[in-house]
Amino acid sequence: MDFFDIVVSILGSTIRLSIPLLFTALAGLFTERAGVFDIGLEGKMLAAAFASACVAYLTGNAWLGLCGGIAVSIIFSLIHGFASITNRGNQIVSGVALNFVAAGLTVVLGQAWFGQGGRTPQVSGDGRFTPIILPFADAMREVPVIGPLYANVISGNNILTYLAFLAVPITWWVLFRTRFGLRLRAVGENPGAVDTAGISVTWLRYRAVIAAGFLCGFAGAYLSIAQSAAFIKDMSAGKGYIALAALIFAKWKPVPVMFACLLFGFLDAFANFMQGKAVPGIGEVPVQIFQALPYILTCILLAGFIGVARPPKAGGVAYTKER
Amino acid sequence: MSTASVPLPNWITYGLMPLLNLLVAFFISGLVVWWIGENPLEALRLLIEGSLGRGDAIGFTLFYTTSFIFTGLSVAVAFHAGLFNIGSEGQAYLGGLGAALVALALDQYVPWYVTMPFAVMGAALFGAGWALIPAWLQAKRGSHIVITTIMFNFIGAALMVYLLVNVLIVPGKMAPETRTFLPGGQLPKLDWLMAWFGLKLGPAPFNVSFLIALVMAFLVWVLIWRTKLGYEMRTLGISPSAAVYAGIPYARTVIIAMLISGGLAGMMALNPVMGASARLQVEFVGGAGFVGIAVSLMGRSHPLGIVLAALLFGILYQGGADLSFEMPNITREMIVVIQGLVILFAGALEYMFRPTMVHIYQRFKRA
Amino acid sequence: MSGFRQGKARRVSQNPAIELVGIDKSFGAVHANKNINLKVEKGTIHGIIGENGAGKSTLMSIIYGFYQADRGEIRIDGKQLTIRDSQAAISAGIGMVHQHFMLVENFTVLENIMLGAEGGQLLAKGVSEARAELKRLETEYGLDVDPDAVIEELPVGRQQRVEILKALYRKADILILDEPTGVLTPAEADHLFKVLKVLRDQGKTVILITHKLREIMAITDEVSVMRRGEMVATRKTAETSVEELAELMVGRRVLLRVEKGEAKPGKVLLSVKNLTVKDGRGVTMVDNVSFEVREGEIVGLAGVAGNGQSELLEAIAGIRKPASGEILIDGQPIAGADPARLRALGLAHIPEDRHHMGLVLKFSEYENAVLGYHRDSRYGRAGLLDLKAMQAEAVEKIAKYDIRPPNPLLKTANFSGGNQQKIVVAREIERDPKVLIIGQPTRGVDIGAIEFIHRRIVDMRDAGKAVLLVSVELDEIRSLSDRILVMFAGRVVGEKTADAGEQTLGLMMAGIAA
Repeated sequence: MDFFDIVVSILGSTIRLSIPLLFTALAGLFTERAGVFDIGLEGKMLAAAFASACVAYLTGNAWLGLCGGIAVSIIFSLIHGFASITNRGNQIVSGVALNFVAAGLTVVLGQAWFGQGGRTPQVSGDGRFTPIILPFADAMREVPVIGPLYANVISGNNILTYLAFLAVPITWWVLFRTRFGLRLRAVGENPGAVDTAGISVTWLRYRAVIAAGFLCGFAGAYLSIAQSAAFIKDMSAGKGYIALAALIFAKWKPVPVMFACLLFGFLDAFANFMQGKAVPGIGEVPVQIFQALPYILTCILLAGFIGVARPPKAGGVAYTKER
Repeated sequence: MSTASVPLPNWITYGLMPLLNLLVAFFISGLVVWWIGENPLEALRLLIEGSLGRGDAIGFTLFYTTSFIFTGLSVAVAFHAGLFNIGSEGQAYLGGLGAALVALALDQYVPWYVTMPFAVMGAALFGAGWALIPAWLQAKRGSHIVITTIMFNFIGAALMVYLLVNVLIVPGKMAPETRTFLPGGQLPKLDWLMAWFGLKLGPAPFNVSFLIALVMAFLVWVLIWRTKLGYEMRTLGISPSAAVYAGIPYARTVIIAMLISGGLAGMMALNPVMGASARLQVEFVGGAGFVGIAVSLMGRSHPLGIVLAALLFGILYQGGADLSFEMPNITREMIVVIQGLVILFAGALEYMFRPTMVHIYQRFKRA
Repeated sequence: MSGFRQGKARRVSQNPAIELVGIDKSFGAVHANKNINLKVEKGTIHGIIGENGAGKSTLMSIIYGFYQADRGEIRIDGKQLTIRDSQAAISAGIGMVHQHFMLVENFTVLENIMLGAEGGQLLAKGVSEARAELKRLETEYGLDVDPDAVIEELPVGRQQRVEILKALYRKADILILDEPTGVLTPAEADHLFKVLKVLRDQGKTVILITHKLREIMAITDEVSVMRRGEMVATRKTAETSVEELAELMVGRRVLLRVEKGEAKPGKVLLSVKNLTVKDGRGVTMVDNVSFEVREGEIVGLAGVAGNGQSELLEAIAGIRKPASGEILIDGQPIAGADPARLRALGLAHIPEDRHHMGLVLKFSEYENAVLGYHRDSRYGRAGLLDLKAMQAEAVEKIAKYDIRPPNPLLKTANFSGGNQQKIVVAREIERDPKVLIIGQPTRGVDIGAIEFIHRRIVDMRDAGKAVLLVSVELDEIRSLSDRILVMFAGRVVGEKTADAGEQTLGLMMAGIAA
């Protein structure tokens, strides 16, 4: 493989690895911008992956699988809302709890239903989201530089990939161009202002967590019925936390979130590529460096060494009227 | 709203309500068991038998309990200072490195009781060291400690895998682990303690670190309620502005609290690394750091409560493992579900029943 | 200043703008509003005055739908209404300017004004309408403000203007302002009053909640007085006097004069030189202030709340780092020292806010009795706490200060305000400090405890201590102080003796005369 082929191949897997991060980080954007901390992104993604795989296996329809994933993810969101919005419980504790419930329940139910050690049966055909070949992909392949990029990076992804990138401008538009977005951003900064303006803080925050559940549903479906063909125990593997890191790294803004996810996806892809390869003059670079890099970068950002990350002011605090 | 200010007696707040929360968590767990077509009561019987029914079962239960006491104390100490340390998992992982380095260095030369104090210090030092950067970032740069400790769990995991795969591995072996410690680097089992009660320990790795854990629980109680440092931590945890007024230095108190918290998490490694497998392995912590959150919440951050909650989780872990043998339909992960539900109901939803309790209590008092 | 119904008598209907009948509200054991009746006529400025904790804010929160009354009705323009939430209040034409602004700080003025009144699902259409409406309000009421400015970059007076605009944008006919001048400079307050008069003359009804008599006299048409949850009287402003209102507020003519002998000032114990203090945003709160307090005297710092007294007190107490200048205790420079070291040097501090600073409410009484002095060896050695010694001392103080209930193990939150303050006072005074600095010693404290605390402060003076007293209660300053310094806009604008007239001091506090 020459250098250019390597670049194309790494970029291709960067895209594939970024998609679950992107859906999940955008999900976190909705909740955290509304002032609800969401450590439970990981659990929602995992639960959605399991539900998608089950429904897709039973119905043989990927879209129904996606709907199943979304539904389960939203249920998890509502529990988080019930604990942290209605009961004013600790949002971090609630998120941690839901991550455990998801990690355990997916395996317990998977084993009970399918008896394959927590795996779901293979999904095939229409039960999966398969790659879409964009027009002229084959024809373009011979065009230098642009051709392979078009054919192997831009074309040949499944529909969820394109939806993920579409979700970025939509999220931006919702947050900054609609009434819901204005109120959502306001409630994360000063819920008192929202309350005195005659808007229900509770209902607004519930809508935010539901939006997050919706997006996590896509992330989960992507993992189990687009990227793979079955649910595998603990398949989210910390992606929810990387997405959280990406969200912070992007300072809670939609378009930077996309770039942060692509960066972290790239680090992952690059680590895979470097596995077992020696760099001339240095020797083998441990892949763990690339695995840890998203977290290290986020900590450096949080420390205020790369600009100031200013989280939503009312984040993590349940709203109580004064007195 | 109006019930929030009504005071309830301590036996309700610290006794009845946690118990009620726990029962709801177990009830829902029972529903899950029932849902997958097994008998919840039968499962409960197997779980209790599997964790308390025989000497070796009790040994395993107490082995898990030991780990959870350490991590529960770790979370609780930070919590008293108003800090949520989600990083006990990573701090325990690094603590294992400290313990293993001491064991590897000394096991050929001295008996275990000479190695032990150094191993305790090594584990605590490495655990504390891993808590230092998040602590410093919180104290000096205002970075949210929940986020940084999560990040450090992952960074720690990557670091440990690297060290085990590339540095500490025995040359020529495939498994990413250190060599097996000689008896001088192992913590002996507590068969004599079990023998007092007429029980046989069997293969269970119940070891001396249990006693260290109990000592630490006592020391944490002393620290929180009987020392000036504990007083300052509690002041900071409840009212940061009162702490400023009282001249309690914020950065110093945060950092010390996190170092103690990290140190306690690190000591958890003594139990599996030197007390059970006699070597450092990948992912030996196995989620005990997160269980510590549940244990601390259930135990209301009080060492006595933590020991009891750790015992409960020990029973769940051992009983759950046994249960999955007896009822293959229920996997070990059932414990994780129960754990999640306990955290949910004892932690995030801890006040769910408070308004009802207040109404019942008031009616009861009037009558 | 009696604008009452001047040529404004002919209204469309003669119903009162707001009428409250038998409003009653309790929070647990606290009876915040007791059977309140109130009529506010249209096109007037109606003042509601009362001390802190008299129940004014609760009453207004009920009108605005923040709380529900336990009993009673609200009539707007003669129609009985149930106001379940703020939305209902807004629809009824009620607007509220809260004491703590309800603004989203990183939003623009425009975004804040639109919030909750966006005019449709999408913002684009509403934005242009809002801009046009803001222009109209600007010309009609003289309320100019840049719609694209970000709130956190605006001065406080401007932020308040945004709050008023928010209400007007929502077509409010009745505007409630809760302690609006607490955070304003006098110039800003004057401007606010002009705006309120314009609003009234345009037919709006204004309810002004305050505890400042001067404001009531200056701009209201009618005034209602609240005391301990009850509405005790309503008067036409032109027909009442400061004296009468003060008496109504307090309930009986309290002679706050504390019996005390001649001061015998000795050497200087506390000395402040060219001190400048800035707040978190870099705004100068204390501006080049210098003064001295000698042993055996009480120096009172008078001033309207928010003129730098709090920051000055915090700087001396080591809680806030001064930007420049010197502070000396008994000749030792201490600027920048931390509170622990200051205590060791003999400085005691009774803070303005006992709930957030002076006490940890979840602690037992005896734990709070050592807060700040906990490192002292008498409470234990080698880093340990000697609970027996702490409790024994707490029992002594409880007896000496008649703190009730006399139980050192009781949680501090379960003591009444007066007894909580006694816990703080006992702790700070019993250490026998050289210098005592006190902020709002009797805020939210019952009469009996007030007399007790005042007595203690004078005793401290007579024992040769230097006492610096900050209070927004001018009466308290006048009855306790040997010398009075007046602060205004961060500066000490003058010094008077204790027998200075209320009028003179009032003018100085308003920044009018030196």
